[in-house]
Amino acid sequence: MDEPGAELPRGASLSALAESVGTAVELIVRADSVLLRTVGLSLAVSGTATLCAAGLGLALGAWLAVAHFPGHRALVLLLNTLLALPSVVVGLVVYLLLSRSGPLGSWGILFTPTAMVIAQTILVLPVIAALTRQLVGDSLRDGGDQLRSMGAGPMSCALLMLVHDRWAVLTVLIAAFGRAIAEVGAVMVVGGNIDGITRVMTTAIALETSKGDLPLAMALGLVLLVVVGVVNLGISAAQRGHGSALAGVR
Amino acid sequence: MNGIEGAAIRPLIRLRGVSVRFGSVQALRKVSVDLQRGEFIALVGPNGSGKTTLLRTLHGMLRHQGTRELADPSVVQAMVFQRPFMLRLSVANNLRLALWLARVPRVEWAGRAELAMHRVGMAGLWERPARALSGGQQQRLALARAWAIQPEILFLDEPTASLDPSAKKEVEALLAGFAADGMTMVMSTHNLGQAKRLARRVVYLDQGEIQRDLPTEVFFGDGAGARADQFLKGEMAWQLES
Repeated sequence: MDEPGAELPRGASLSALAESVGTAVELIVRADSVLLRTVGLSLAVSGTATLCAAGLGLALGAWLAVAHFPGHRALVLLLNTLLALPSVVVGLVVYLLLSRSGPLGSWGILFTPTAMVIAQTILVLPVIAALTRQLVGDSLRDGGDQLRSMGAGPMSCALLMLVHDRWAVLTVLIAAFGRAIAEVGAVMVVGGNIDGITRVMTTAIALETSKGDLPLAMALGLVLLVVVGVVNLGISAAQRGHGSALAGVR
Repeated sequence: MNGIEGAAIRPLIRLRGVSVRFGSVQALRKVSVDLQRGEFIALVGPNGSGKTTLLRTLHGMLRHQGTRELADPSVVQAMVFQRPFMLRLSVANNLRLALWLARVPRVEWAGRAELAMHRVGMAGLWERPARALSGGQQQRLALARAWAIQPEILFLDEPTASLDPSAKKEVEALLAGFAADGMTMVMSTHNLGQAKRLARRVVYLDQGEIQRDLPTEVFFGDGAGARADQFLKGEMAWQLES
């Protein structure tokens, strides 16, 4: 199947790109209400999903860094494999669970932002858990003996390392948030891209692309990048404010 | 052989026939040793002789075969490592963390931490990030952190190995002060001069076995024995004066 952009005449791509930049600037400057609502929902869904996944993923990663049990290696391998989990597959699984005939159909939350949060939580949980396990494991090799000699149990050691590596943990959470807000497959399947209810930036981009309005789709993509950039800038500023004294200190 | 045999007091720690293996490496072979209250023992020996393994086994950090008996299971122990590990927190919070992990009542934290910082001469560095301190300061902070929990036994794993001469001197002075206060200490070291200056008893290890366990003056006199003597001759030329 030909993609809409494939039929653009030669040279039109560049003008479409220029037009999309102009449209993006205009949308931002005009503070378009539909755009603001869509951006707001994107941030709310992905932010909530990242927070939910952080609660589970940080604890799971920390535990996996210190746990010893049969099957531990297999679980870590599975977790690392899930880093490549396709978002549309997550969407399908959550859809099957939440659809009227599914085991959780009675909740009645399919095609709601809640379903989108659940899907994105599942999507980014492996990212947070796997990276946290690695982070805590590395730090334990450096200072685990010291903490154990001071009386810390295995889980206390792991949790203290999360405090120790808090800025790196924040980077992990930023990466997870980036994965969540940039994905389209899961939110499209479980949200349905309903205007004003479940339409987020990525599903809006997909919709405009399918309608052939490439400049608007590209403009929305640029707006998405700007929004994520602003969020990251805020977090970086907080990092610098709190951690400047420790920057580069090992 | 034990240098302090026949002591009437029950040892703080007693190892009997302790062996430790790391995969295919036999790190300790049927080691028996007693640690009496108030002693300052130096563990010396070539690289890979088992000094650190014995230190960690005494501290209870390693799985082993054989028996390890404590005079009192609640005996407070602390350990200072060659490269002290400080969390990315302030000096004060690193001290508070140690007190929290040692289950010291919260009301005592401020007093103990302040005393400890004075003891190591770092009272003005309270709010500094611990990792921004120099190597010597971090080692003094590690000693303060250990001292703050008032341990009955302090284990030291080559505490001055990565320090410059002046920091080494400062740390040695602190250790001598702790010993003068009656704290029981066990220190692994490559520095025979340091062992001679600080310890009252020297345990010489080779290939995971205790070869000599003697009072310091006897060990550095003529009691070391052939193999330890060989070790001493190899090390003394460049280590003793440092």
